[in-house]
Amino acid sequence: MKGKAWKFGNDIDTDIIVPGRYLIYTDEERLAEHCMEGLDPDFNEKCSEGDFIVAGTNFGCGSSREHAPIALKGVGVAAVIAESFARIFYRNATNVGVPLLEAPGISELVENGEEISVDMENATITSQNGESIEFKKLPPFMLEILEQGGLIEYLKNKR
Amino acid sequence: MPTMTEKILARASGKDEVEAGDIIIANIDVAMTHDLTGPLSVQSFEKIGAEKVWDPSKIVIPFDHQVPADSIDSANNHILMRKFVKEQGIEHFYDVNAGVCHQILPEKGHVVPGEVIVGADSHTCTHGALGAFATGIGSTDMAMVFAEGNLWFKVPETNRFNVTGQLKDNVYAKDVILHIIGKMGADGSTYKACEFAGETISDMSVSDRMVLCNMAIEMGGKTGMVEPDKKTIDYVEKRSNKPYKVFKTDLNSSSLNIIDIDVSDLEPQIACPHNVDNVKPISEVDTEIDQVFLGSCTNGRLSDLRDAAKILKGNKIANGTRMLVIPASTEVYSKALDEGLLKIFVDAGALVSAPCCGPCLGGHTGIIGPDEVSLSTSNRNFKGRQGSPDGKVYLSSAAVAAASAIEGRIVAPE
Repeated sequence: MKGKAWKFGNDIDTDIIVPGRYLIYTDEERLAEHCMEGLDPDFNEKCSEGDFIVAGTNFGCGSSREHAPIALKGVGVAAVIAESFARIFYRNATNVGVPLLEAPGISELVENGEEISVDMENATITSQNGESIEFKKLPPFMLEILEQGGLIEYLKNKR
Repeated sequence: MPTMTEKILARASGKDEVEAGDIIIANIDVAMTHDLTGPLSVQSFEKIGAEKVWDPSKIVIPFDHQVPADSIDSANNHILMRKFVKEQGIEHFYDVNAGVCHQILPEKGHVVPGEVIVGADSHTCTHGALGAFATGIGSTDMAMVFAEGNLWFKVPETNRFNVTGQLKDNVYAKDVILHIIGKMGADGSTYKACEFAGETISDMSVSDRMVLCNMAIEMGGKTGMVEPDKKTIDYVEKRSNKPYKVFKTDLNSSSLNIIDIDVSDLEPQIACPHNVDNVKPISEVDTEIDQVFLGSCTNGRLSDLRDAAKILKGNKIANGTRMLVIPASTEVYSKALDEGLLKIFVDAGALVSAPCCGPCLGGHTGIIGPDEVSLSTSNRNFKGRQGSPDGKVYLSSAAVAAASAIEGRIVAPE
């Protein structure tokens, strides 16, 4: 996977990913319009299908709103790569089919806006100048859930 | 030698014992979703292709975030949820006139010690104050629970906060938990069960213990918990006829990390923008405020209203500052009415509103604008949490909120 990296800091909470006033909506497109709005009102415009979010520690902390990973899916984020993730968000993102890659050192490796490549099989991330770091490899069942676009599709296909 | 978390999860998964790190499937005793996360849960439930919920007597659905409906979109969400309740025969439904979910659940007897409780709301950890294992989940997980009645968990390790020392006057449970979160950091207890124990906690009321457990998520905790004692049992037996089981932590457990906290010298604490772990003693905070919010699942209980009313009685809210008082439930509202507390608030110039989440989530009422400053007794001060991303939210106890409303700036009660 190749795409641009959009960088954010530590403790990016789910109120940043989708503010509370938009939780009355449940559809992906509408939620995507407001994704990361509090920090970057144009994020929905800037982010292209297949881009990555790169962030610091505790990404996704706060509320259990599944609207947050749905919005990220809606703007086309191929994966969130962070130093670490919050617990409820980790589960929710996997359930809706957004890969979360835990890669200590990623904040230092990547500059905002640069093109990076992600090798899911070998669990590596490579920056524009060719430097690589590893991320924690996802177990096969989780890869399968993500490949099929989330837990519900995965269960349906399994039945 | 297991922790209370391990004991509860062993019971719920039908095993003799489990230990931290094990992946288990636990049977769910109570599943809660509300008007804001409910629609996604219902949509996912329908997508799975499930037809009937596993047990309509174990599902609780309160409306609290957008009540009464403030837009056609939220009215539609309410219609969708009422239809689901009716079709599925959900036995415990609380419409727009009941209160905040985390107050309703214990108050109406849905929470008893030893249960596994999941809620499509991160502050579900509140219910561990009654000795349950209670945790927040997303809507897809909730749909799975609705369909199957169980959910997989990784058994967490436990951070047990051993809190000692007598609190000074005007220092409350909220100050204790803000202090702990400031010390631990926003991810300082990620994936851990957070137990609150020690003499200070034993002295606290059930309401105070709910304040602590409510905010365990703000340091990443999977749940907040207090071992049941006589106060817990008195509370539960008055409100519930469900059977319960008391579990306590063995102090020699290998998955237990004990953290000693001495609160004898603690002064009121303030969480400053824009993170809950940005905590300062009140003596280091000096800021004017536009809005004060007294309410929420953290500090909207009767004891909070009493603490605030004692300070506000006979006083006026400062010019240029507005105050919203939102009791956490109809029961709290009614008792506050009987005790004359609401009249004190109204006479002081505050707005008293019907039970709901209020400005806490910045999506319904009392929204702040750019450059405005809110002092709130709720649990989150994230950027944009109460409205404009250019506004600022500070968090405090109910007493600090009341004293500050009179002065128009953040001050400690005298």
